[in-house]
Amino acid sequence: MSIQETACPRLLSGVRTKYDKVRGNWVLLAPERAIKLDDIGAAILAETDGERSLGGILDALVAKYNAPRDQIAGDVSTFLESLRERRMLEVT
Amino acid sequence: MDAPVVDAEGTAEITYGPPIAMLAEITHRCPLSCPYCSNPLELTKRDGELPTEIWVDVFRQAAELGVLQMHLSGGEPASRRDLEDLVTACRDHDLYSNLITSGIGLTEKRLTGLKERGLDHVQLSLQGVDAEMADLIGGYKGGYSRKMDVAGWTTSLDLPLTLNAVMHEKNIDRLPETIDLAVRMGARRLEVATVQFHGWAVKNRAALMPTREQAKLAGQRVAEARERLKGVLVIDYVPADHHADYPKPCMGGWGSTGLNIVPDGRVMPCHAAHTIPHLVFENVRDKPLADIWWKSEAFNAYRGFEWMQEPCRSCPRKARDFGGCRCQAMAIAGDAAATDPVCIKSPLHAQLQEAAEADAMSDGTLTFRTMPV
Repeated sequence: MSIQETACPRLLSGVRTKYDKVRGNWVLLAPERAIKLDDIGAAILAETDGERSLGGILDALVAKYNAPRDQIAGDVSTFLESLRERRMLEVT
Repeated sequence: MDAPVVDAEGTAEITYGPPIAMLAEITHRCPLSCPYCSNPLELTKRDGELPTEIWVDVFRQAAELGVLQMHLSGGEPASRRDLEDLVTACRDHDLYSNLITSGIGLTEKRLTGLKERGLDHVQLSLQGVDAEMADLIGGYKGGYSRKMDVAGWTTSLDLPLTLNAVMHEKNIDRLPETIDLAVRMGARRLEVATVQFHGWAVKNRAALMPTREQAKLAGQRVAEARERLKGVLVIDYVPADHHADYPKPCMGGWGSTGLNIVPDGRVMPCHAAHTIPHLVFENVRDKPLADIWWKSEAFNAYRGFEWMQEPCRSCPRKARDFGGCRCQAMAIAGDAAATDPVCIKSPLHAQLQEAAEADAMSDGTLTFRTMPV
């Protein structure tokens, strides 16, 4: 199942990002999970504010990283969908 | 950087980093008396527990060391009146706080207060899918009904809820109902933890050991439910290792990702490590946590691969399961550096499986945990 561009992804309560100073990377903290984020994951979640639609998130990433939209759309959708399957994110 | 590495020659090298998670067993006191309690047989009494200010300082040290997740456990952590202060300390040091509770000792008001202080997650134990089973196993009348209340408060407060269901001979057949109940209660995660034979469970092997068929069916049911409930409920599964062919990768490797502090302040690599008699555990009252993690003998005892004997030493699986559980090797082989007898390559494997099968077929009476003062 893929997320529609008009849909709005939001991290669920009790799920948050944090910069891990000790290890020098971003992590996603969730119930009994700590997931190390790579630069791409961290960039996507930095734009996932719960208000922006997937389309809006893509627009922001395109503008910020000067990346071709159709190239990143798949990656962003797959990443957010994997979080949804793990009950860390909801889509409204 | 924290993962074990195997190079092209097949010689393996393990590197370990700072701990990711800490289990703070803030008290051994608990209103329940589950016959599989993972606490030691010798419980710490109230007057032996670390005071608030030491826990608060230890949480600061843990965060500086690299701990991300703080599991507040026990015993029943709500038995401590300063639980609120400890949750505040987690928030102050940006630790993800997880309350591992039976639910007894929580009220709606108290839980609301804990959320306001920054509590991130609630893990609620479940001893059975109905009051009859749950209250029998927990040894606490009215416990089941209180748990249902706590689950309701947790989800209405929009706190994430995990249910922890310990499975054994007497309730493992009701796994489908357990999964349905978790969905109905609005849990995001369910831990299906088949009882591990440490602590009080050792006394109750005959009453609690599931049969091989029960264990196999439970595995199939979990696999089916995971697929069906993707995006609804995450299921973590701890299988019945006495019926397995290979051991569990205990703690993800000794002293590699997590640490446990017991109520009196001793720091251990896992909650059963005290059963290894030659290990000496240092105390946060005496030493900085970082020194204990990096330098103490107990934490270094089974790090890496140097300590291993055959068949582990030359085994290609050693970087995957680290030889299994040191405490189980101690308990069954009488040597904490031996191969976990669960492993098919252990000379004790056949004996372990026969004993498990015999215990599964017999029906012992339950010995319940007693209370520390």
